[in-house]
Amino acid sequence: MTLHQHLPSAPADPRLDGIIKLAILAVGGQGGGVLTNWIEALARGNGYDAQATSVAGVAQRTGATVYYIEMAPQADAAPVFALAPSAGDVDIMIAAEMMEAGRSIQRGFVTPDRTVLIASTHRALAVSEKMVPGDGIASSDEVMAAAEIAARQFIAADFDRMAIDNGSVISASLFGALAGSGALPFPREAFEDAIRASGKGVEGSLRAFAAAHEAASQPPGAPEAAEAAIPAEPRPSGPSRLIAQWQALEAEARALPAPVAGMALPGLRKLAEFQDLAYGREYLDRLGDVLARDDAGHGFVLTREAAKYIANAMAYDDVIRVADLKTRSRRMTRIQAEMRAGEANLMQVTEYMHPRAEEIAGMLPAGLGQRVMDSPKWMKRLDRWFGKGRRLRSDSLRGFAMLYLLGGLKGWRRRTLRHAQEQAHLAGWLDRAMGYRATNYDLAVEVIRCRRLIKGYSDTHSRGLSKFDLVLEGIATVADRPDAADWARRLREAALQDEEGKALDGAIWTIRSFA
Amino acid sequence: MAERSFKAEVRHLRLGEGERFTGEGILAITKALLENGVGYVGGYQGAPISHLMDVLADAEELLSELGVRFEANANEAAAAAMLAASVHYPIRGAVTFKGSVGVNVASDALANLASSGVNGGALVIVGEDYGEGSSIMQERTHAFAMKSQFWLLDPRPNLPSIVKAVGDGFELSEASNTPVMLMVRIRSCHVTGSFPTRDNRRPNLTVREALSNPQSDFSRVVLPPMSFAHEQDKIDNRRPAAEAYIRDHKLNEVFGPREAPVGLVLQGGMYNSVIRALQRLGLADIHGDSRVPLYVLNVTYPLVPDEFLSFCEGKEQVLIIEEGQPEFIEQQLATCLYRAGSAVKLRGKDILPMAGEYTGQVMLDGIGRFLREAAPGILPAQVLAPNEERPPLPDLSKTVPIRPPGFCTGCPERPIFAAMKLVQRETGKLQISADIGCHLFAALPPFEIGGATMGYGLGPAANAAFDGGGERRPVAIIGDGGFWHNGLSSSFTNMAFNKSDGVAVIVDNYYSAATGGQDVMSSRADNPTKSTQNPISKALKGIGINWIRQVDRTYDVGRMRDVLREALTTDAPGPRVIVASSECMLNRQRREKPQRAQAIRDGRRVEAPRFGVDEDVCTGDHACIRLSGCPSLGLKRLDDPLRDDPVASIDQSCVGCGNCGEVADAAVLCPSFYRADVIHNPRKWETRLARFRARIIGWLQARRDASRLTFEAQP
Repeated sequence: MTLHQHLPSAPADPRLDGIIKLAILAVGGQGGGVLTNWIEALARGNGYDAQATSVAGVAQRTGATVYYIEMAPQADAAPVFALAPSAGDVDIMIAAEMMEAGRSIQRGFVTPDRTVLIASTHRALAVSEKMVPGDGIASSDEVMAAAEIAARQFIAADFDRMAIDNGSVISASLFGALAGSGALPFPREAFEDAIRASGKGVEGSLRAFAAAHEAASQPPGAPEAAEAAIPAEPRPSGPSRLIAQWQALEAEARALPAPVAGMALPGLRKLAEFQDLAYGREYLDRLGDVLARDDAGHGFVLTREAAKYIANAMAYDDVIRVADLKTRSRRMTRIQAEMRAGEANLMQVTEYMHPRAEEIAGMLPAGLGQRVMDSPKWMKRLDRWFGKGRRLRSDSLRGFAMLYLLGGLKGWRRRTLRHAQEQAHLAGWLDRAMGYRATNYDLAVEVIRCRRLIKGYSDTHSRGLSKFDLVLEGIATVADRPDAADWARRLREAALQDEEGKALDGAIWTIRSFA
Repeated sequence: MAERSFKAEVRHLRLGEGERFTGEGILAITKALLENGVGYVGGYQGAPISHLMDVLADAEELLSELGVRFEANANEAAAAAMLAASVHYPIRGAVTFKGSVGVNVASDALANLASSGVNGGALVIVGEDYGEGSSIMQERTHAFAMKSQFWLLDPRPNLPSIVKAVGDGFELSEASNTPVMLMVRIRSCHVTGSFPTRDNRRPNLTVREALSNPQSDFSRVVLPPMSFAHEQDKIDNRRPAAEAYIRDHKLNEVFGPREAPVGLVLQGGMYNSVIRALQRLGLADIHGDSRVPLYVLNVTYPLVPDEFLSFCEGKEQVLIIEEGQPEFIEQQLATCLYRAGSAVKLRGKDILPMAGEYTGQVMLDGIGRFLREAAPGILPAQVLAPNEERPPLPDLSKTVPIRPPGFCTGCPERPIFAAMKLVQRETGKLQISADIGCHLFAALPPFEIGGATMGYGLGPAANAAFDGGGERRPVAIIGDGGFWHNGLSSSFTNMAFNKSDGVAVIVDNYYSAATGGQDVMSSRADNPTKSTQNPISKALKGIGINWIRQVDRTYDVGRMRDVLREALTTDAPGPRVIVASSECMLNRQRREKPQRAQAIRDGRRVEAPRFGVDEDVCTGDHACIRLSGCPSLGLKRLDDPLRDDPVASIDQSCVGCGNCGEVADAAVLCPSFYRADVIHNPRKWETRLARFRARIIGWLQARRDASRLTFEAQP
């Protein structure tokens, strides 16, 4: 909940006295039409002339949509209202999503002399943000900062969550926020009457309305709603013998320099769950090697990053891990909660699996697995036997048992081909990074961070691997330059921009042009 | 079944003398048609006049009471052709479609109709889809009125004016024996307001009665020498009659003071934006009382020269405000002034932009500049020397992402394009042409499929140059709406006749979905007044296309991919057509959701599927999104310091269509997806079985947890 108020607004032109101009920017399908109808009914029911317009059509289908309402006290002659909002001429701007708030500011609909901006801080991500292989999510903070400057009064809260929590939709909570903002000259009851008159989902709508009304009517400078509590540190459970061993390891991790410990602890937990405590021991040993060549002067950045990415590299995504994760009791509890399945409901869970010959071969002992992998005939055969889409009911005994058995193969894991491959890759990467340590500390850090490129399964995974190789190759060609670390960072970021690696190819081209 | 039911609104159509209608512009037009004794109505849906068609469809009972025939025409050409009933018979008829594309399709019929001339009033209501939110190319319907010589109304955008224009249109049409087009802009169609109603009127002559007493007159047939006579008649008689009617009945309006050095000439549809600009310049009040004279053209074709010249009298400069290009009105008025030897200076597109929507800002800037240059004395001091400071704002242009429209949650078309993307990974990029309809969203990321669209029903025809084939076959996409609109004749007979080597995919979602879910020939619904349930494949067979593959569940991405691959590689000759059928999810949810809720309340067993992502298993590579783009499939940041990238996450708007799982499977993506079926009101034995299973599973889980470490965040 943010509330921000500027100095009193400039006096309105008396000749235009009384026209209130209200625009709604929504994502198609959010119910902007319902909100518009309520506002219109509210105005008409309270002695105002009102006019609403919208551009429906295909823009409804998940595109950005504008609704626009003007109203003025009834008089003998009818007022002339405009059919679309104009920049600098909007009194109330309601944005049903954070980037739509940004768009309203961009389009000039929010001005400090007059506009009350009511925005929901939740995000409905645009396709362009979602499809980036890395992190393409636009910054809500920038929009918040702009809104603080642009609006006369700025009311922001997650009105979507507020609506869902009350069994309603965002139009109801935005209507509540509008009532709570005091921007319209009508009493709260009049708003609620408009909801009642519409006659659909009234109870839920009124609850969401009330919650948003309260949030929006807090005086400026009121304390922010309690931030989400910092999650307590996960605690181990299991046989006491293991807990004692864990505590020893944990103490060791805690004793690491502070920046490192913050990363090493979750890393250690991840690996203890992935495999066992011996594996955690290996992790700390590897980390120790890096730390031995790091120093406080650099703030232990190298070791901190190594703590993060070594943990990720060691906890690779194999069949055993996936099966284990899918059979844990905490997963069942989480799905129950997410799906809102109550006591009276049953829940069936179907898993979508598609093993390939590579995964099967990866499960074989390293030597045998490698021979199978090298034999196209065998690979074809494995693919024929196993390689097809499988729907597995993990709530049934058969499905669960299969996953349970696979998930229990941890003892076998260290002998598998996949493990050998991952270990070799890990070692190669670490050696490469530490090789740069002596001459260029920052470059070593960047090479460590390149591990981020390896993710996904099957094709996506191999594409990640090949990008990783390309980036490291590119880094090698510029390693002697003083700005090598900077180039390494650029290469990595380019690799995360698109799937096909167009940006990466471009960056490599640039490097080749001078290296 | 249309997207919105207008059963409630239809009640408003029964309002009588002395009552008041409050609602949307498009409904007001419908009411006005009935008040003016219309005898038959028809049209083809499309934004922004879809609702008009939907209301008419829902009002069939009232229409038949009044003796009015309603026809949901197969396309705009068919609709315009229907106006032929007014050529000989004194029956008022109205049809509706969107401009300018509907007018393009209808232009053959419209030209013939204009040549023949009409006896009964003939009204074409065109929803002009121009400017923000438009889904079509930006052109003007105005050109058609000029080339065919029919009249064009562009009323002020408020309900009383629009309603009056309907009556004026019929009268003008009858007075000048010429069809009239009533143009309503996209916002006027959806603008709300109210107007006093009158009683509905039965037509003087119904179409049924006319059929009992057929008439014909060969002088109305478009054949030489009559067609030459028609052209002369248009210019010598019909147009002067129209001009006289417009002048005598004051269809155009003049506002503001009589004496002033300047004046504004504007299309009726621009009136409210012009007044708003004048209000902001301090030259008009809230009721539109203007200090600058306005000449409002509620009829934009034909123009009335003497009326215009008398408005110009005593003025030094006039500004023509005409949205869209080229500046037809301005050119005509310029000629008019020049011929009259007038010294009045004409301004227009020299100040205002030639192209694009005339938004509030454009109006304010343009009119402001005109007045500052032509009559600075008229402006208040505040406007002449604005004295305000705006704080600089951070640039958000790089932050705020574009948000074009796209496929809805659970859309059955998404898996078709996911399959196409997968096939293109094997074949390389294919030549793909698209049509009009929802499927065109596939041209946008994440699919980027389909390079051109040539018009409704013309998708496969747009690939005709490639019919001869090559190394890889061309692919065309068309929707079921497009198929029945024009596709069967223009695209598929073209393919069949020319023995095309191409592949066509017909996206059959059971409706004309993009225009609001109207029924088409192949719709699965029972429609009491329309013939539905006619399979597309049957029509294809009828024109000699033999390689047809019917896919009845598009969500089966693997099958879609295999069928596409087969079509691209088969040795069978002739066109290969895939009919990919699954119901539009928007319509399906609208129908099933209330039923499901009722069933749950009634205690009946209901399975509610929804998808989920295991966030520990998802690695945040977003490959699934690049093959889906579903609005309910989003991203979520985890509060795990070890994770850099947000993971996929499915919100509760998911309808459980299954696309995520199918894509993950067909593209071999990852094992993160699962489907959870929540069972409401389970049967007794089911509950018992589930409890039994849960006990064993719980025991197994406890057993394993007893021998290993697990970490749980403790509250």
